[in-house]
Amino acid sequence: MNRKLEDIKKIKVSKPLKLDCGKTINNFPLAYETYGKLNKDKDNAILVFHALTGDQFISETNPVTNKDGWWVTAVGPGKAIDTNKYFVICANVIGGCMGSLGPRDINPETKQPYGLDFPVITIRDMVRAQESLLEHLGIKKLLCATGGSMGGMQLLQFCSTFPDKTFSAIPIACSSSHSAQNIALNELARQAIMADPVWDKGKYFLKNVQPKNGLAVARMVGHISYLSEKGMQEKFGRKLQEKADYEFSFNADFQVESYLRHQGYAFVERFDANSVLYITRAMDYFDLSKQFKGGLVDAFKGQKTKFLIISFSSDWLYTTKENKDIVIALNASGADVSYSEIITDKGHDSFLLEVPDFLRTLKSFVDSMYEKFKNEKRI
Amino acid sequence: MKKEFKVIADLLPNNTRVLDVGCGDGSLMDLLREKKNIEVRGLELDQKNVQQCIHKGLPVIQGNAETELHQFPNQSFDYVILSQTLQAFYNPEKVLKDLLRVGRSVIISIPNFGYWKVRAKLLFFGEMPVTKTLPNTWYNTPNLHMCTIKDLFNFCDKKNINIKKVVGVNEDQTSLIKKSNLEIKNLFSKLGIFLIG
Repeated sequence: MNRKLEDIKKIKVSKPLKLDCGKTINNFPLAYETYGKLNKDKDNAILVFHALTGDQFISETNPVTNKDGWWVTAVGPGKAIDTNKYFVICANVIGGCMGSLGPRDINPETKQPYGLDFPVITIRDMVRAQESLLEHLGIKKLLCATGGSMGGMQLLQFCSTFPDKTFSAIPIACSSSHSAQNIALNELARQAIMADPVWDKGKYFLKNVQPKNGLAVARMVGHISYLSEKGMQEKFGRKLQEKADYEFSFNADFQVESYLRHQGYAFVERFDANSVLYITRAMDYFDLSKQFKGGLVDAFKGQKTKFLIISFSSDWLYTTKENKDIVIALNASGADVSYSEIITDKGHDSFLLEVPDFLRTLKSFVDSMYEKFKNEKRI
Repeated sequence: MKKEFKVIADLLPNNTRVLDVGCGDGSLMDLLREKKNIEVRGLELDQKNVQQCIHKGLPVIQGNAETELHQFPNQSFDYVILSQTLQAFYNPEKVLKDLLRVGRSVIISIPNFGYWKVRAKLLFFGEMPVTKTLPNTWYNTPNLHMCTIKDLFNFCDKKNINIKKVVGVNEDQTSLIKKSNLEIKNLFSKLGIFLIG
């Protein structure tokens, strides 16, 4: 694995964090990256929350993988979230494997990597950990916070837990509670990892190996769910992979098989299997209304934050219906909320791709919020 | 029609909370926000229009008024506006009921099918009328339930819906419509604007 984790920007969070599971973590590392410059009024900061397999490297080149940051389509100079204008921050979630405290780190009690001794974390734990970063950067109020998928879930939690920390919020393709279908797909991913004998109850790190086969299958499950049926049919159809006819074997005859295998095995180079277990668990446990005894409306009571919810028509993982439920709750709580459904065949992945209507909407909202935020501060 | 927006703006007090159903590109919301310091919200079906609103910094929800008004709580707005859309719904009566539930008062404007040119077209030529306010032909019109100012007036009476004010619009001319002048105004107004609830 080509990792240069020591070069990553980190803060040490000294404030003890009491996790939802009851355990407390102390003095833990939180890795982050920033793009653009914070202006002197400190009113141009945008916080991005990453998704399940993302990390803090949203733009430019990821220094660890040497690939493009995961959101280069939306964040960078001249992009929808313009880093010439805005100061963009992203932190690696706790439980992750890009420098923030995760199951690969050394457990101070045993002097061994945590493995499955790592405490089970929640979306709220992730969000609380990241609040310390804003304090460290001296940002009292963000111009905007955004994130897609699990990033959107973190954002909803962030707005509910810290209602005064951001002027505006753009949750994208997410849900206020994980659906049975999504829990089932996550369980499939976890079972694939745990069925790999190399996984060894999470202790594979002792032999310095990765349960590659299980982790790759877990990633393949994810990849299927990020596309739409139509998008997949159009991209691959029944096309064969560099061959004229069937091989009458179990090699990757079809392009779609080859694509999945490629995605699966590329993933094991950059991600930790135990992190997938922990992060998917956090997503499954996420149910914002449960924190408010079943009333999602109460989760947003008294919100001053201006929301824009975005969903994608062909997303079957976090459907338009689930996103609309958030809009309905925000409306019922009297919050300032906008909503747009982007028509596209690109499925859940749409927020990471060149989807012009989406990027235009994102840009329009962020820019108009910046004007409003400046005006409000002037008054 | 700019005049329509001016009449609607004049009907609204400053500093109120208003929902514009079928808000289009947000022109009316923009006007109300700027001129009257009104807290506006929009509901709009078309994605391009929704983008326009967001670009102007106007809060807008993409959705269909016919099926999605239920998301707004009872009496959550001082006023709800429905501009020239009532006749395009499958079930205008149900929509109207929902509007009155969401808003303390409702402003509805309708293209008047009782306008004399519309009547004349049908009477003398035997064809479905095509005018400036009704620009579509019978086979591509979104209008399913055309009505006249008199029809809506009578409907409100029958359903015990309180009519607070009705304004007739003909180009730049506006006039108050009452029961006493209903017949004549129904003949000479291109547009009727009702404040009810």
